[in-house]
Amino acid sequence: MALSSEQIERLARLARLALPDDAVDATRIQLDSIFDIIAQMRTVDTSGIEPMSHPQELSARLRDDIVTETDRRAAFQAVAPQAEAGLYLVPKVIE
Amino acid sequence: MSTAPLVDAPVSVLRRALDAKDISSVELATLFLDRISARNSALNAFITVERERTIIEARAADARIASGEAGPLTGIPLAHKDVFCTEGMLTTCASKMLSNFVGPYDAHVVTLLKKAGAVSLGKTNMDEFAMGSSNETSYFGPVRNPWETGHVPGGSSGGSAAAVAARLAPIATGTDTGGSVRQPASFCGVTGIKPTYGLVSRYGLIAYASSLDQGGAFGASAEDCALLLAAMTGFDARDSTSLDRPAEDYAAALAAPPANAAKPLAGLVIGLPREFFGDGMSGDIRAAVDAALSQYRALGATTREVELPNARLAIPAYYVIAMAEASSNLSRFDGVRYGHRAAEFADLADMYCKSRGEGFGAEVQRRILVGTYVLSHGYYDAYYLQAQKLRRLIAGDFQRAFGECDLMAGPTSPVTAWAMGAMSGDPAQMYLADIYTTPVNLAGLPGLSHPCGFDADGLPVGLQLIGDYFSEARLLTAAHRFQQITDWHLRRPAPAV
Repeated sequence: MALSSEQIERLARLARLALPDDAVDATRIQLDSIFDIIAQMRTVDTSGIEPMSHPQELSARLRDDIVTETDRRAAFQAVAPQAEAGLYLVPKVIE
Repeated sequence: MSTAPLVDAPVSVLRRALDAKDISSVELATLFLDRISARNSALNAFITVERERTIIEARAADARIASGEAGPLTGIPLAHKDVFCTEGMLTTCASKMLSNFVGPYDAHVVTLLKKAGAVSLGKTNMDEFAMGSSNETSYFGPVRNPWETGHVPGGSSGGSAAAVAARLAPIATGTDTGGSVRQPASFCGVTGIKPTYGLVSRYGLIAYASSLDQGGAFGASAEDCALLLAAMTGFDARDSTSLDRPAEDYAAALAAPPANAAKPLAGLVIGLPREFFGDGMSGDIRAAVDAALSQYRALGATTREVELPNARLAIPAYYVIAMAEASSNLSRFDGVRYGHRAAEFADLADMYCKSRGEGFGAEVQRRILVGTYVLSHGYYDAYYLQAQKLRRLIAGDFQRAFGECDLMAGPTSPVTAWAMGAMSGDPAQMYLADIYTTPVNLAGLPGLSHPCGFDADGLPVGLQLIGDYFSEARLLTAAHRFQQITDWHLRRPAPAV
């Protein structure tokens, strides 16, 4: 498979990754060789096979509808790049 | 008493020394901390060591031992892979993204081992976000193989494997998503086990590929792995895939006398997957594996060929699933709630892109990009769903083969530890070396690697044992019997410094 530079840039946008212009070509070549490996599996006939999402077929567990978490906001916000008055701060998004 | 033999001693001997008050837990921890101080600069196996914290834990262990409340691991030093969150201590995942991240809570595995009284020596180096097979993608620099410092230790749990091999820690935790415990165990000449998916809680384990990630244990021997693994397993409601099963005492299983002392593995049928003995394997590895299989036969086991016809599809299926899940899991790193935030940006979207572009290394970015592609609109069925269907075929192969054998054996890796940099220019080439380990993760089965010889350059070779679901005791017992009549697991690298 051969990805174009435009496709790489689009993927980077979707993945919210700032990819420097001079890295696009090298990334494209490395992704091509990864997709060459992946290509082997695309031709296998899997009609009628159920997809397997987890090794043990588990159904979601239910628990009692009670509060189990304690308030740890301060501890969690202590590791935030920018927090103030219990809020996470980000650049202004609404003028 | 002299402390020199304790560095190389199995956990059982450390236990007896602690219980007999021949040595205190503080003295034992100091012994290993001093080794880390002396040797870590040459190996780079640890990212974070906090001496004071370790000594405080050791003092508490000594108090417990004095009061007669010691369990099997109370006072035993160990190391944690830096993928497990530790409260109040740096938890970096070997990434610039988390280079300043102090864990706000303990991973379940860390909690269990603290409750057991084990004493943490620190956090070990790894491939960034556990993505790699050589430990060269760490933001904190590569780990070096204690057997030959110009070679890689394997990955992604390379720091844990190297620490145990160089006796900077007697035992260590790891995680295995596509071979990240077994392959570095093989490269570093130690024993490592990845249990059945669901036995070890993933709570507080920084996620890479959630349907494959599983905690595991490193030790010099199967006996040491048995003690550590038993303390790591157990139901945890905070992990939705955690399995609620009765606890197993693996150490007791190992200690049980066999019915036939001369042939302790009599009746055991070991399947040899034909696909694992093909052309890709180097001659030295084949010779070491064949010799190990002869030893297993001498112990009373029989071997027979089995087939895993879809195993050849494991690499592409594994990488599609792992990268897809990684791209989803790593979307949480946005520079808002934790982790790296870029210093300069134009707006919120630019902040996300720059923070992630700066915070993630090249391999992590590649995997996110591939994962983003295979999950994007119109491609889901062709890639992720197709890979999940192959996953069922591969798991089905194993179930059929286990109708003909009790466990399987083969090489852990088609190659021994390669020279640093040899594969870093061609990531796809490195992925192909995971051929024998990834099928086991896709099926969710337990796997173990133990040392079984060396190649012509003196680098360790590992034998992989694969068991059916929940057969950890059988895997560990088979490896233990092998280690009772061989001494590969007792070989130690010459000091690197």
